[in-house]
Formats: sequence, C-alpha cells, structure tokens
Amino acid sequence: MKALRTGQGIVVLLVLSGVFLLAGCGPSVTTSSGEPSRPDEAKTLTGAGATFPAVLYTKWFSEYEKQTKVQVNYQAIGSGGGIKSISDQTVDFGASDGPMTDEQLKAAKGGEILHIPMALGAVVVTYNIPGVTDVLKLTPETLSGIYLGEVTKWNDPKLVADNPSLAKFDKDIVVVHRSDGSGTSYIFTDYLSSVSAAWKQKVGLGTSVNWPVGLGAKGNEGVSGEVKQNPNSIGYVELIYALQNKLGVSLIKNKAGNFVEPKIETVTAAAAAVADTIAPDLRASLVNAAGANAYPISGLTWQLAYREMPDKAKAVALTRLMWWEIHEGQKYCADLAYAPLPEGIVKKAEEKILSITTGGQQAFPGS
Amino acid sequence: MTSNTARRSLVAAGPGELRRRAVDRVMTGLVWGAGSTGSAVLLLILGHIAWHGLPALNLAFFTQRPLPYGEPGGGVAPAILGTLTMLAVAAAISIPLGLGTAIYLSEFSHGSFGRIVRFTTDLLGGLPSIVIGVFIWALLVRHVVGRYSGLAGAVALAIIMLPIITRTVEEILKLVPDSLREASLALGVPRWRTILGVVLPTARAGVITGVVLSLARAGGETAPLLLTALGNQFFNLNLFGPTASLPVQIYNYAVAPYDDWHTKAWGSALVLVLVIGCLSLITRLATRRNRS
Amino acid sequence: MQIYRLSGRRPRKRIGSLGDRQFEVATTALAVGSIAILGAIIVLLLAYAWPAVTRYGLSFLTTTTWDPVFERFGAAHFTYGTLVTSTVALCLAMPVAVGAALFVAEYAPAWLREPVSFTTELLAVIPSIIYGLWGFMVLGPLMRGTIEPLLKGTIGQLPLVGLLFSGPAVGRDIFTGGVILAIMILPTIMATSREVFRAVPDTQREGMLALGATKWEMVRHAVLPYARGGLIGAAGLGLARALGETMAVTMVIGNSSSAITGSLLTPGYTMASAIANQFTEADKPIYFSAIVEVALVLLLVATLVNLLSRLLVWRYVGSVGADVRGG
Repeated sequence: MKALRTGQGIVVLLVLSGVFLLAGCGPSVTTSSGEPSRPDEAKTLTGAGATFPAVLYTKWFSEYEKQTKVQVNYQAIGSGGGIKSISDQTVDFGASDGPMTDEQLKAAKGGEILHIPMALGAVVVTYNIPGVTDVLKLTPETLSGIYLGEVTKWNDPKLVADNPSLAKFDKDIVVVHRSDGSGTSYIFTDYLSSVSAAWKQKVGLGTSVNWPVGLGAKGNEGVSGEVKQNPNSIGYVELIYALQNKLGVSLIKNKAGNFVEPKIETVTAAAAAVADTIAPDLRASLVNAAGANAYPISGLTWQLAYREMPDKAKAVALTRLMWWEIHEGQKYCADLAYAPLPEGIVKKAEEKILSITTGGQQAFPGS
Repeated sequence: MTSNTARRSLVAAGPGELRRRAVDRVMTGLVWGAGSTGSAVLLLILGHIAWHGLPALNLAFFTQRPLPYGEPGGGVAPAILGTLTMLAVAAAISIPLGLGTAIYLSEFSHGSFGRIVRFTTDLLGGLPSIVIGVFIWALLVRHVVGRYSGLAGAVALAIIMLPIITRTVEEILKLVPDSLREASLALGVPRWRTILGVVLPTARAGVITGVVLSLARAGGETAPLLLTALGNQFFNLNLFGPTASLPVQIYNYAVAPYDDWHTKAWGSALVLVLVIGCLSLITRLATRRNRS
Repeated sequence: MQIYRLSGRRPRKRIGSLGDRQFEVATTALAVGSIAILGAIIVLLLAYAWPAVTRYGLSFLTTTTWDPVFERFGAAHFTYGTLVTSTVALCLAMPVAVGAALFVAEYAPAWLREPVSFTTELLAVIPSIIYGLWGFMVLGPLMRGTIEPLLKGTIGQLPLVGLLFSGPAVGRDIFTGGVILAIMILPTIMATSREVFRAVPDTQREGMLALGATKWEMVRHAVLPYARGGLIGAAGLGLARALGETMAVTMVIGNSSSAITGSLLTPGYTMASAIANQFTEADKPIYFSAIVEVALVLLLVATLVNLLSRLLVWRYVGSVGADVRGG
C-alpha cells in the first residue's frame, strides 16, 4: 500500500516535471531584427547589481534574448552586491551606480575592472502625503535636514516656506532609505555631502552609510514599496519607480537656484558639462551640476567587467551585449524615463569595450 | 478525575468557595481561549493566503517566465522548476547521509562516539539557516564552484535536511523489535543485509516521514538560497548557474511596489503552503497509523 | 563462538559475515559527516571573520555604531534587536502556548485534542517567508493603523512603562518583529509543553482532586510546579528558534541602524536580518568580515541556547529533541 502510494507520487512528480520542461523549452518568442548568436559565443550570461537601472536592464535583456537567443540573467541585488560579486568573480558582469573606489578596485580578484557607462538616470525624492496635491519643493537645506533627522514634521517652518500647503499638516515624516548596498544611495549621499557640510561630516557618502534616521528597505523596489504603503513617507528612488507607481516626485532646487523637475531633459543637462571632461576611467559624478536647467541628483550607471576575461565564449558574449546596449539599447531609454548617453560618452564607452581582451586578443568580434 | 467529582466532594459552601469556583471558571475560559488562539491565527493566515493568492493562479502563472519590471503578466515557472530541482538534488545528498548516520547511531554506535554524533546532529539542526547560507557561500560560491549556483543552493538545503532525517529515522529504527533482527541473523543472513533487508523496510513509514518532513522544511527556506542560488528569470536546468526558487521569488515580489507582483507573491505562497500542507498531512496520517 | 549483542552495544570481537565490516565502516564514515560539516562551518566562519575579530576585539559586542563609510563596526544594535524581539516574542507566546498545551493536556474533550494539536503545529510548518509576506502585507499595516495607536493611547500614557510605546507608529518596528516571532514560536513551545504536562504523573493530579480542589487549583498546585523546569526548557527551545529566524523578521522590522531608544516602536535590526540584508552587498573586505563575525556571534548564541534548553527538557521528559522541526 505504502509502495503504491510512493510510486504514484513519483509518477505525478515526473509528469509535473515533464510539463515544466516542455513549457521551458516550448514556444520561445519569435525573433525580430538582430543578429542571432555566434557559435563561439556563450549562450548565457549572469550579471548582478544595481536596482537603479533594473527596469531598463530587464527590458534590455528580454529584448536581447528575443533577438539573439542569448539569455542574460540579471539579478538586482543592489550596487554593493554588484561590486562584491564581480570582485569575487561569482558573476560575469556587475552593475553599479556608485563607482568602485580605488581600494575596491585593488581588491578585485581578477585584475583590472572597467566601468562602462550604460545610461543616465535621476534619483528623485518621492513621497506619499495623502491629502496634499501640490508638488513638493525641496531645497538642499530641507532635504538634508529631513535625512539628518533635524526636520521631523511635515509642517516644519523650513518646509512650509517653500510649500505653503503643508502649513496645517502636523504629521511626522516617515523617512525611508536603503537597507542594502546601493548605488542609488551613493548618488543620493554624494549629493547630500556636496550640499551639506553637516551631512558630509556626520554621515559621508557611500553605497552603505550609517543613516541617522529612517526605515531601511531593500532595493529601489523596496523603497518605492514602503513609500507607497506608508502614508506621510519620503524616500529616494530612480525616476521610473516613482512614475510606474504613481508616487509624488519632488522638485529640487539646483545649484543655479531653480526648482527643477527630474526628467530626461534636465538629466541630460546635468551630464552636458561632464561629457567632454570625463575622467579616463569614466568614473564621474553628476550631482549638483552647474547649469540653469540641470537636475542636481543625476547619475551615471555602469556595468563592471574585467579587462582580461579568460573565458573566450563569455568574453565574446559580454562584449557583444555591451556594444548592443550602448547602441541599439539606447532607444529603449526614453520610454522608461532614463536619459540616453551623450555621444561623447558613447565613444569613450566603445573604447573601453574594445579594450577587453581574452587570451591577449580583443574579445569583441566586430559589429 | 473530573471537576464534577471534586465539586460533589466539597463540604458546605462557604463564601470562599464561590470565589474559587469563579476563578476556576475564568481560568477555564482563558485556557479554552489559548487553545483556540493557535487554530484561529492559522485560519487567519491561511485565509489571507487563499484570498489574495487565488486570483494569481492561472495557466500563465505556472508555465511562463517573469516579464521585465513593471510589465504585468508572465509567471513564476522558473522558480517552481528551480525549487523542484534543488530539492531533488538536496534529497539525493541528504537521504543517503542521513540514513547512513541513523543506521550507524541505532545499530552500531558504541557509547561516546555515538553520543558525539548525536550531539553534533542536534547542534546542526539548531543552526540558523542564514549561517548555513554563509558557510555554503564561502565554501562553494566563493571557491569550489566559483559562482552562484543551484548546486550550492541544493547543498545548503541538504545540510538543513540532514539533521531532521537522521533523528527521525534513528528514533524509528530503534522501535524495530530486536526479535526481528535476531530471527534474521539466526537464519544466517549477514548483518548488513539484515539491516537493509529487514530492519529498514519494517521502518519504511518512519523513513518516509522523516524524508517528507525534511523536504517540507527545506522547501520553504529562503535565506540560504539568497546567498547561494541567487535567482534567475530564465528556465535553468543547469545547476552550475544561478537558479530561481519559489521562496526567493516570493521575497523579491513581496517587497516591490508593483501590485501585479504582490498578487503573484500571494499566489506563490498559496502554492507553497498547499504543497507543504499536503506533505504534513500525509506524514501525520502515516504516523498515526503506525502508532495504532 | 561469539554471542552477538544487538542494538549496537559493545561487541569488539565478532565473527562477521562478508560485507559486515565494510558496511559498518561505511555507515561510520557517513556518521562522521555531521561532525565534519559542523567543524567546517565553524572553521570557515572564523577564517572570514578573523580580520574583524582582530581589528575590533571585544568592542564589537558593545559598540552600537555600524558605519561602513568610516569603518566603525559594532554589533550591539543587532544584538539588542535580537534580544528584544525574542523577549517580546516569548512574553507574548508563553502564556498562549502554555495555555494551549494545558488545554490539550488537561481540559479538552478527547475528540478535540488531536485537531487542536494538529492545527497549532501546522503553524510550525508554514515557511518563514510566508510569515514574512503576511507580516509585511497584513500585520504591518494593521499594527500601524490600529494596534500601535491603541497601545500608544493606553499603555503609552502611563509613566515609565509608557516609554515602551513612544514615538511615531510606523508599523515596521521591533514590536511587529516580536509579534510575528511570537506566532512562529508558539507551536514549538506548545508541543514541548504538552509533552511536559503529559509527563506529570497522575498521582499528583488525583491527590489534589481528592482534597477537593477545583480544576484550576489542581493545575496550579499539582501540575505546574512539577512541570516548571520542563516549561523553562520549552521556552528555551522557542527562544532558540526565534534567535535564528531571518526572513519573517527582516520583512517587518524596518532594517534601520539608527540609535537605540527605549521604545518598541522604533525600527531596528536583528543579527539574522542584518546578515540577510548586507551579506551579498558588503563591498569592502573589512565590512564583509564584520558581517561574518555577526554570523559567528549568532551561531554561538543560538547553539548555547539550544544546548541548555535541550538539557532542561530532556531531564523532564526523558527524550531529547521533542520537536525536530523547531530550529
């Protein structure tokens, strides 16, 4: 009796597995334009890192798979995770919006790591204040005050000065920040450090910092999730997360003194100054940029790869992927509210991709 | 032995007696309340899961893979497949190990070494699963295999399953009467064949119980898989690469802001609970039959 | 002719049949596996944690600052979170669990015993992530919207004790973590307590009843004192389970390393949730080392509690490990 039941169980399990296998190998999506994968190219790649560009990347990799049949598995575990994973060589490429420090670069296990920029994005200060319909206006003082824990209520005089409709709103501010190692946090704390001496001294900048106040949430998704769920809350996320979830997006006062809305034009304006003078290793900061229309909390996001990749198949696949990303991939940016790379930066990124070698030879087989 | 007897044997009712009876009634009420709390909370949680999870269950849910962030639709099929494959490998590792250890403990152990083995098995069983995840990361992800992999996840699950199988099977084997062993040996059957051919089959129900219990426990583990198998949006049968799993999928979907993902998280939870619940029910019925 | 002693006690010399020796060696080798695994865990963890151990020494356990930027690491905040959530969980779970065990052992009619036991134990089988999901989506908002304002309005107004419930009620805090843990350790404590109560000899009960005691008096004076040690052991097992709990707590506790206030309504961290959140992202070697050291501390604490409670329970019930699932 027992044996019969065990036998039946095994049969059921086999049938179920069969169903899934069929579904997996089943009808894959038809290809559109785009070159199919080459015989010497790896069919799968693994990447891990930033959630900042995850909306863009998952869209890219879904399209890339349709066009070339190469499966790029991207896991958004945060920029810190991306840096650590590529440094430990547990993935094929990392992704981060916070550039690696010199110390981290030295500690990388496989040699020199390249930063290859992929897109530009805006870190927006999002909020959920039920009952307030005017768009929130924040200055460097009020924003750093909130995150330092000095401004604790929505009707604080400093906030009311720019937002009269908050005058009667006597509620505690629920602050949300990242609990994981985050490039978005890096860009945000980079900004706060450059506009607030108190912040720079007390907290500093980094992918993980010692936040004075607030709740921690995992990933850009987590922060937007918390803001969405908790009334009277404020958080910082990449623009698309606020838009997709219909959360409030604040106007921030930039260096020139104007309240600027985060969008493609203002992010591109912030990058304009940098395009020609960007450092050779492409680790640039875009925060607090000069320019009347520049959004002050903008950032570049990079993919991290080793200059020398011993595995030829992976090297070919990765370089082809990156070439596609900085060329064809850019046309997907606008729909998802990311700003495409300026032409000057694309050229420099191309140089980086071409410098990747495998066994001493250039890995990229040619466009 | 009931309170009726106690009440009848009470002598004359004094003022204190009413108070005592009142206290007794109150405490009885509280105890009944406590007894029902557990069941009530369980029904509450299961109710939420069923209520929120059912809308998510459609064919696409079970057969398709996830779509890019923010696009509704798709499914969690890679995660279901990943959980099944990792559990299968984990079982393949932990069942022989667990059975062997249990057989050793019940048939061969001599005093102190057996005590040490039992002791360490218990300690292993009491370790937080995140610690096991850290260990496997250091051992397999960082070094031996060199990348996040389903294999590392499966080994982590195997370590979690091992103590459960060992202890459950050992207890069951000890219950097999010596007369069976003696009879077999008297017939000239070698000891090892006695164990494998007589003792183990007699204890079959208990062995299956141990295995099923450990599978139920491992199937719901999340923390170690976060550090070892990572995750995958594509179908992946190659265990040397990152593999999706249902618990990790639930975690990622739950904390995100997308409502569609929330529904899928509840749906995955429903699937997980149904499978584990069925397994527990089966073991419960099986052991009850054994006991009677 | 050697006589075989069965059930593995002692025969040194034997006439074995072919294959017996090999079989015994094989199973012994497999049995060594558990020891090898445990040993490897400790060694590997120590190896990775060593830089942090040497750099921070004992201050690691007492410093509350966790600052990756300035490389000041102290796990006191996490230890505090672990201790407080576990304490809250025990305070909430013990009365209910012991009450439920009493119910099943003493009060329930025979037909109700099995279903109540079963449904309560089913709570133990629900995976941690599902508790996390439920806690995140259902319990958190409930706490924020209803329960915590209520507690603030009542207990929060009292002097001294009120400090426990001060501060804004966000729902993602140590208290919610404690509540979810309480639900999770309830079945462990209940199952063990039930065995402890069953182990109390009937003579104790009959004696009290013969003297004219009410049911409650019998329980209070005959059963509970006898079971006291075992109940502490049961609490210990529940505590051991609570210490290692990761996912459910991570999703409701708020994950914040801001200052320790006295209030239960502040967001916090436990050791396990800190590891889960920061392990894959610790991008500096010393940061990573500090996280592994937290794992080491957690391993030591959980093991200690586990050991002590099993000893206690074993003395009162007679068999070790009443619930192999609890861990």
